[in-house]
Amino acid sequence: MPRDPAVDARGLRKTYRSGKTARTAVDGIDLLIGTGEIVGFLGPNGAGKTTTLRMLATLLRPDAGTARIAGIDLGADPAGVRRRIGYVAQGGSTWYEATGREELILQARLYGYPRAEAAARAAAAVEAFALADCADRRCKTYSGGQRRRVDVALGVIHRPRLLFLDEPTTGLDPQSRARMWDEVRRLRAEGVTVLLTTHYLEEADALCDRVAIIDHGRIVADGSPAELKRAISGDVVSVGLNGAAQAAAGLLDGQPYVRRLETGGDRLRLYVDAAAGAVPLILRTLDHAGLEPASVELHRPSLDDVFLARTGRSLRD
Amino acid sequence: MKLIRDTWLILQRQMTLLLRGPAWLITGVLQPVLYLVLFGPLLKAALDAPSTAEAYRTFVPGLLVMLVVFGSLFAGFALIGEDRAGVLERCRVTPVSRQALLLGRCLREVISLLFQATVIVLLALPFGLSVGIGELLLVYLVLALVALAMSALSYAAALRLRSEDALGPVLNTVTQPVLLLSGILLPITAATAPVWLLMLSRANPASWTVDAVRSLFAGEYADPRVWWTLASLAVLAVAALTWTGRMFARDVH
Repeated sequence: MPRDPAVDARGLRKTYRSGKTARTAVDGIDLLIGTGEIVGFLGPNGAGKTTTLRMLATLLRPDAGTARIAGIDLGADPAGVRRRIGYVAQGGSTWYEATGREELILQARLYGYPRAEAAARAAAAVEAFALADCADRRCKTYSGGQRRRVDVALGVIHRPRLLFLDEPTTGLDPQSRARMWDEVRRLRAEGVTVLLTTHYLEEADALCDRVAIIDHGRIVADGSPAELKRAISGDVVSVGLNGAAQAAAGLLDGQPYVRRLETGGDRLRLYVDAAAGAVPLILRTLDHAGLEPASVELHRPSLDDVFLARTGRSLRD
Repeated sequence: MKLIRDTWLILQRQMTLLLRGPAWLITGVLQPVLYLVLFGPLLKAALDAPSTAEAYRTFVPGLLVMLVVFGSLFAGFALIGEDRAGVLERCRVTPVSRQALLLGRCLREVISLLFQATVIVLLALPFGLSVGIGELLLVYLVLALVALAMSALSYAAALRLRSEDALGPVLNTVTQPVLLLSGILLPITAATAPVWLLMLSRANPASWTVDAVRSLFAGEYADPRVWWTLASLAVLAVAALTWTGRMFARDVH
């Protein structure tokens, strides 16, 4: 018997209203997630990532659309959904004056486990998330990385099959971030499906099996990082120009070897089939017009290029 | 059953936090002591009472009601902090009873305020205040209902406003007329007040409550006003808990 997909959402919509102004945060999202994947929502702040996650986690009622989470209807049985999912919010989730272990025990108790079972689960979580050094100190003394690990440990204390992680590594130093990635991969290895949000390209690229790029409340691209990058085939040549970007764009736009051209500030981004052949042509064209590039960089397409190609904007802006 | 179990879990955590917080000693013990020490010596002359004991019998009930009304109305501030720390959301995504999230917090207020009330009563005993055990338990019941109702309303305001900066002025606007019209600081009677002020004061639940507590300290537990007030406060507490409980259950963000 095939297992139910972890998430099967159709036409999700959410509009925030305050007074007379309305802002559509999620504008029709369809999402199908199998089991055992790490799926990332990538997008700029305000794209609708968190709102979508909160709707799927029963914290926010969608204005329209339906979703089944692990086979359970979100609208009809939110309590059933809650038992099957874990949710880790963006801004943290601990009381400053409580210790990590107390928090883990309480969390297990809130899920209905008796006292001894709750203590055993807390001990296992302390072990699994390497919290032994800090578990019996108050949470206010924790480092950013420790606090985030406790947050995730709280989110999976009931061993859900599906975990929502909202910006799991925002504000963490590189070392703590790498460690968090390892924790997420470990959860996947244990069979947990993870849906996370991020605005870090590197995170989406390195951690996620599948990336859904979100902009203005819609999914604009969806696939594995490799697939997404392959879809914009070829190379990217980035040319820095001292104040002459507009003139250079006029010259290069429409040239047979330029498939696509983007201007961003004082730089041009040229999508070409092969950089080796295109760079001499680009330089020659510029040279003929008396334009001297300040810098020329080549790179393979990144997820940012995918974002740029789909939205016309860069995530780095 | 689940409601009771979950309420107990939340209450336990809230008590732990309360006892660990530095504010507890100050608000819990120092504040009632200050009221008695700084106000007490003025009472006999100010109230024109025949004896110090008589003055305390008028003043202490008012002090208790004021302490409970104010203490519980400001409970919402802690909730805003918890909301910001993400604790509320973390609990709301678990299957915990939503009503328990509210009830556990309200009961923390009840316990903490009844403790403070006990400190006041004990400190006032040497000055000649006297009260029977039965009457004192009824006083506690009155105060507990006030604390439940007021803290629930405060949590409702906190959930709606979600900012300390907005909550402060709103609470002050509510508490000032309630306090002034309650007859706590000076008794409002037909002899002392103009008719319109007396009418306004009669319409204020806080003044019924003060009257009921004064009757109990005077040993008049058969006074129908006591039972009328108890019944009204019970209705108010249930209504406030139901209303705010619904807010806890709804998605409010």
